[in-house]
Amino acid sequence: MSKDKTEKRGKGEWKTYADLPPGPISMKSTLGVSLTGTWRTVKPVIKLDECIKCMTCWKFCPDVSIEVRKDGYPKINYLYCKGCGICSNECPKECIEMVLEEVVVEEEPEGEPVHAKEG
Amino acid sequence: MARKVMTGNSATAYGALVSGVEVVSAYPITPQTTIVEKVAEFVADGSFKGQYITVESEHSALASCISASQTGCRTFTATSSQGLLLMHEMVHWAANTRSPVGLVNINRAVGPPWSIWADHTDAIAQRDTGCLMTFVESAQEILDMVIQGYKLAEDPEVLLPFMINADAFFLSHTFEPVDVPDAKKVQEWLGMYDPPYPLDPEDPHGYGALTFPHQYYMELRYNIKRAHERAELMFPKVSKEFAKLFGRDHGGLVEEYKTKDAEVAFVAMGTMVSTAREVVDRMRDEGHKVGLVKVRSFRPFPVKELRDIAQRIPVLGVADRCFTYGAEGPLSTEVKAAIYNVKDKPTVKNYIVGVGGRDIHVGVLKNIFLDMEKVKEKGLDKESVWVQLKRPPGEPPEVM
Repeated sequence: MSKDKTEKRGKGEWKTYADLPPGPISMKSTLGVSLTGTWRTVKPVIKLDECIKCMTCWKFCPDVSIEVRKDGYPKINYLYCKGCGICSNECPKECIEMVLEEVVVEEEPEGEPVHAKEG
Repeated sequence: MARKVMTGNSATAYGALVSGVEVVSAYPITPQTTIVEKVAEFVADGSFKGQYITVESEHSALASCISASQTGCRTFTATSSQGLLLMHEMVHWAANTRSPVGLVNINRAVGPPWSIWADHTDAIAQRDTGCLMTFVESAQEILDMVIQGYKLAEDPEVLLPFMINADAFFLSHTFEPVDVPDAKKVQEWLGMYDPPYPLDPEDPHGYGALTFPHQYYMELRYNIKRAHERAELMFPKVSKEFAKLFGRDHGGLVEEYKTKDAEVAFVAMGTMVSTAREVVDRMRDEGHKVGLVKVRSFRPFPVKELRDIAQRIPVLGVADRCFTYGAEGPLSTEVKAAIYNVKDKPTVKNYIVGVGGRDIHVGVLKNIFLDMEKVKEKGLDKESVWVQLKRPPGEPPEVM
């Protein structure tokens, strides 16, 4: 994408049909605009001490809301996770629990989980 | 240029090849399968250097093409009947994302009961998608229209998918001599496809994100309407440019045949037009003042051209190779709507023929022309009639 082509597009201030791009294009990524995590009523909570880092949850998440931590464990991005429960359903170790949103669950910090250090 | 004897399906594949298509994604379905088989042959012999994506359904085939098109590739797919119906959602998607994907649909009847023969129901079901729709009558016309399709669809003010409709077996599997133009010459004419907003990881955008009622949805739809107006304007121009370069002119949005002094004219789409041309010649020899109007572009619909024809010819017989249940033949509805506001408009009678691939032979069309002359003399008897229908004993045929 050349720079002048980007400049020609304008800033996406559209008033009439004549200002619009030909297709339904957002001028910037919609990331950060629409935090779909607010739609959630239940949230997935991963029991990291049972997790085997198989990444099945990461692969199945339809909203790309599971990230991989530096230590190789999965991490739910609660800003976007809609709580569909597919990860919980697919987890071969059955270690992703769907918890009512009103229940406060403390997230485990980055780094090796406790059991790994102890083991 | 090379002249080869080939089927309509081979001509389709050659059309995509010489157009410099970069991504082909398709799923087999009779009678379209030999198109994608031919493309596979091109992959095997090295003549097609693009990506050939095999998928699990027609829905995915078009979805792949749309995504590839958004990155700036020239893309192609082919399908038929049930395959096109499964693709239907993505046909909307292609038009609404303004992706100029090339699609050849081999018109086949819709089941059940299973039928693999020519019928226009599959295409007509795509009428409201925003896709450009052309109907053709020869293998050469398929090949030429695939090339012209890209020229038209990739126009920066058009940017819409196009669908070339070709009748099952009469075109898909029938051999005829076809001129295959020089690929380099074709690609020089077409140029590179340059999407205004390519899908590019370096420059991310949201594609097709949510829009609220107070925002842009209505305006985006209005712009597709404008794109069709642009396509209507460009279609004959592209046709003329193509004729100048490659020596073949299939006409504009409509092709008129011996309509100058015609008192009745047959209006049709697809392969029955070839038979009708023969019938017009024979009847002219016998002194009948008959003519033929071939509707080449169904979307955009040739409203202006038909209004002009309506002012000159007192009886139009519109043929449909399918039916809109609870109404009449779809082309007839469109023709009537187009000419409604013309002063002194002609009488329009609708003839349902060849449904499910029933052969529309010379005799059938001759009877229709004679029936149209009867309408001219005595006035309209019935709005829409089913010709060639097997009726119970005692029930007279609607067209003798």
